[in-house]
Amino acid sequence: MNSSEYSPATPSSFWNDTGSSGITAWIFSTDHKRIGLLYFWSVLSFFLVAVVLGLLLRIELMAPGRTIMGPETYNALFTVHGAIMVFLFIIPGFPGAFGNLVMPIQIGARDVSFPRLNLFSWWLYMIGAAVIITALFTGGGAPDTGWTFYVPFSARSGTNVSLAVFGVFIVGFSSIVTGVNFVTTIHRLRAPGMSWDRLPLFVWSLYATAWVQILATPILGITLLLIIAERVLGVGLFDPVKGGDPVMYQHLFWIYSHPAVYIMILPAMGVISEIIPVFSRKPVFGYKMIAFSSIAIAAAGSLVWGHHMFTSGISDRAILIFSFLTFVVAIPSAIKVFNWVSTLYRGSISLEAPMLYALSFIILFSIGGLTGLILGAAATDIHVHDTHFVVGHFHYVIFGGSGFALFGAMHYWLPKFYGRRYAEKPAVVAWGLMFVGFNITYFTMMVLGMKGMPRRYYDYLPEFAPLNLVATVGSWILAVGLVLMLVNLIRGLRGGEPVGDNPWGGATLEWTVPSPPPTENFPEEPVVTHGPYDFSKSGMP
Amino acid sequence: MTEASHHIISYRKLTAVWGVLLLLTAATVVVTRLDLGPYKIVGALSIACFKAGLVIAVFMHMKYEGRLLRTLLFIALVTLAIFIGFTFFDVLYR
Repeated sequence: MNSSEYSPATPSSFWNDTGSSGITAWIFSTDHKRIGLLYFWSVLSFFLVAVVLGLLLRIELMAPGRTIMGPETYNALFTVHGAIMVFLFIIPGFPGAFGNLVMPIQIGARDVSFPRLNLFSWWLYMIGAAVIITALFTGGGAPDTGWTFYVPFSARSGTNVSLAVFGVFIVGFSSIVTGVNFVTTIHRLRAPGMSWDRLPLFVWSLYATAWVQILATPILGITLLLIIAERVLGVGLFDPVKGGDPVMYQHLFWIYSHPAVYIMILPAMGVISEIIPVFSRKPVFGYKMIAFSSIAIAAAGSLVWGHHMFTSGISDRAILIFSFLTFVVAIPSAIKVFNWVSTLYRGSISLEAPMLYALSFIILFSIGGLTGLILGAAATDIHVHDTHFVVGHFHYVIFGGSGFALFGAMHYWLPKFYGRRYAEKPAVVAWGLMFVGFNITYFTMMVLGMKGMPRRYYDYLPEFAPLNLVATVGSWILAVGLVLMLVNLIRGLRGGEPVGDNPWGGATLEWTVPSPPPTENFPEEPVVTHGPYDFSKSGMP
Repeated sequence: MTEASHHIISYRKLTAVWGVLLLLTAATVVVTRLDLGPYKIVGALSIACFKAGLVIAVFMHMKYEGRLLRTLLFIALVTLAIFIGFTFFDVLYR
């Protein structure tokens, strides 16, 4: 984060604008690029913490019985792993980091509509994160409820649930603020000629995401406050003895938390829609349908929360409706996948690191999406609900999908903002290790789930031992790949080969400005004369 | 669309809307005492929606705003209505 360690190519770059390299030039900056990098390094730090927790969970499961921790520690660890990964890493990861870095430049704006609010959102995020971390080490210790904080257990658990959910509540505000900022920015600050049908698909996906952030997050906020009300005041909203309904908690929680999955995956799909045409040297296939499908996924995806509750005792009619709608979401998701594949068809494909991540996204997301249909069909869900199959499915979508897309975005866009790039060969090796390790870890988990191994237990029957060992070894391969990727990337950004304005030959606006971009992005307001993937008109071969 | 236009609403109109809101509050109380079964909640929510609509349109000046802002707010409110409505698929038929 110390800008003096970098030597940006151009003296007018945003790295040099304040004349100060101290931390205050960052944490009080209203420049969208600095806030984007603040977000990026913050979410990456939390990601690494949660990765370590995940690896510890896998080591515990390496053999039956107690391996390195007892059941209480295991419960706390998977709760904290999930809460950090979801609320502190992947939800803010795309909008906060790459949305802030790239979106204003892609639409030809100098900054977002509300730069101070933007900085405020990062502060809210950090304050919320600090509260969550405090909750781990104070009171009754780290929450042990799982990241979903289900009642009645969360209302009774002696661990520090109240403070932890209050932290998540604050982080939720940060997400809403970012959403409001992005919707306003995309409506108001597009450069002349940047019509809605020339909007880069990453911006379209952020737009759809921002709406979900605005509309769904308040419901999470209310739900979390209700847990606190339940714990502190004993209001009985979720307690049948007092006339409450525990299933109502699940409704309220998933009304937010299922759309939250789309906050995680939609911008990831946007990244893939940027990378694939650039590395296929071909305009994206079905631009309008990809843009439309982002909105359709956001809309339909907001109406499927009940599929988390098929075994919770909801009505059969509700199960029928939610199951049907879950299958409906598969349609716009498949539209995207088919359009990406069609873009690849007869393209001049160059297999560099960002493209490898994008291609693996298509495969891993498709596996994650299709296994989602097994869970979305009520009959099969009864069998695999709360097994490792769900854990495997979820990681395929969120790690194999969003995570790999984030890694792709890091290789694709970070050189733009640092003016230097990583070494290609280690990047490809790291990708290979991660891809192999990922599949060994999580595919094995799905098989274990099919065989009946439940999730959220620190112990299991001896018959599950061999496959658990395989999954744990897979997680080590994954971790080695991850470390190699980060070391190579960070070394490259600090001292790697300088990059020009347009290292990949992209046609969107961020590639028309210097690397790293100047403070106000454009010397004068750009006038957009062609679509985002119109390589011929942008002067690309 | 601009806040600068500052539409000024007369006291007479504001008082009238307030009066209607009070009447609707009374109607909510009446509805809860009728034996309507599950429709009780539909009645109460409909009245509440109408009241909220009046507050948004008049007191919050949304009636005088541009189309974009009205559309955006409408989407938000419809979404909320759908969230509540879908929850009832479970609660009513359980």
